[in-house]
Amino acid sequence: MVPFAGWEMPVQYADMGVLQSHHHVRESAGLFDVSHMLQTKITGSDHLAFLSRVLVADLSSVPSDRAQLSLITNDRGGIIDDCVVQRRDDHVYLVSNAGTRDKDLAHLHTQLEIFRKEGGDVALEVMEGESLLALQGPKSAQALATLITAPSSPDFLASIPFMAAADVDVAGVPVRLTRCGYTGEDGFEISLPHSEAPRIAELLLSSLGGSVVKLAGLGPRDSLRLEAGLCLYGHDVDEDVSPVEAGLAWTISKKRRAEGGFLGAETILDQIKSGPTRKRVGLIVDGAPAREGAQILSLSGEKLGKVTSGAPSPSLKKNVAMGYVPAGQSKLGTELQVEVRGKKYNAKVVKMPFVPARYYKPN
Amino acid sequence: MTNLLCPPSTYPHHSVPLARRYTKEHEWVSVDGAVGTVGISDYAQQALGDVVFVELPEVGKEVEKGSQVAAVESVKAASDIYAPVTGKVVEANEELAKNPTWINESPYEKGWICKIQLSNPAEFETLLNEESYKVHVEESAH
Repeated sequence: MVPFAGWEMPVQYADMGVLQSHHHVRESAGLFDVSHMLQTKITGSDHLAFLSRVLVADLSSVPSDRAQLSLITNDRGGIIDDCVVQRRDDHVYLVSNAGTRDKDLAHLHTQLEIFRKEGGDVALEVMEGESLLALQGPKSAQALATLITAPSSPDFLASIPFMAAADVDVAGVPVRLTRCGYTGEDGFEISLPHSEAPRIAELLLSSLGGSVVKLAGLGPRDSLRLEAGLCLYGHDVDEDVSPVEAGLAWTISKKRRAEGGFLGAETILDQIKSGPTRKRVGLIVDGAPAREGAQILSLSGEKLGKVTSGAPSPSLKKNVAMGYVPAGQSKLGTELQVEVRGKKYNAKVVKMPFVPARYYKPN
Repeated sequence: MTNLLCPPSTYPHHSVPLARRYTKEHEWVSVDGAVGTVGISDYAQQALGDVVFVELPEVGKEVEKGSQVAAVESVKAASDIYAPVTGKVVEANEELAKNPTWINESPYEKGWICKIQLSNPAEFETLLNEESYKVHVEESAH
């Protein structure tokens, strides 16, 4: 167990090491208790107008029951947090990081007050009573399907694509299901009352004979998301990194690029036009695994930037890392060096995700 | 060398592992003559998880007791390995670099990291013996 954002979190569970657990998620399914994450509900007749100010997302063009990755930006064009935001009929459901809980809420409340003073109707509610379970891996749908009591259609889950959501009953409990995750695999995040979470977790673990779904901790969560090329807030992105530098400009739609209107839009839209000076890249590192903080150098030894996350990739059996380098050195195939414990190792800029994503698309 | 756990006089030297001594940082060293073989303990390998990379010291490197001599990496983390004794590295386990999981599978035998020619053999006696190390591990687990 390790302290994490004020919670005691397991790095791994007793039955499996990080490596085994990682492979189990890629091959079967893992269940992560991510109840520490901040779940909020934004309501009110002007909630979309409010969110268009604090998020880069174009929610007015998103249908109900669809989710997307988005960013909460500051007025300098930096990233206050990354989040998964989803439209519901009369409100928006937002899941953001646990480590940024206090500053996210402080920022949102400040913006809320400004918006209300301007006459806007919006409210924010932290979903304190809700746990969040992330079921991830190619056998997730199969395992979950055994527990869905409503709707009764046996292939209901087959109609839910990646980043879509639905209200379903799992073992008689109404839950909010979103087909998303942080591993690059097919999977679901299940928002449900605390009081029912342990029972539903047990049922998932014992589904399909009991060896298909296994508990997974922070260790595999980190190695899986790294292989999937997904950013870890506070490491790969933070308040001094723009969405463009982070390679996340794809979260900003054409309409939002044309209209702006979100915090930091000027800086961000300017960077989209003229190009950022530095970029987040994926690296494959020879020899020693490069971890956060490792120096990235050119072949001639010039300091270029730092690794922001890195680890040996269990799936590729190579050392993978991400970090920031000047835009001129960010092209795929660029040969670089990374320094680990005073020794320089060869590194190469490669495409992310390192391991291809296997998100679900209905036929 | 005094060896309270398995006195050489009562056991044939070749069939019984030499007594190990430990650091609080979970390295072990066993001494044969003036050469100490160094590795990490079973407790350490378990805590670290599956080892995927071992950085060996250069043969000939002079190390101080407590200075970094090697590094071991698992998926989870990188761990510096500190020299349990002062001396000169006379051998590094090159086979281990090719088979890092030996640290997990055989921490006291195939998983040895390097051999150090002791420049101050008395240091060995100041390290934790099997029993004190066991107590130390139990205490750190709480």
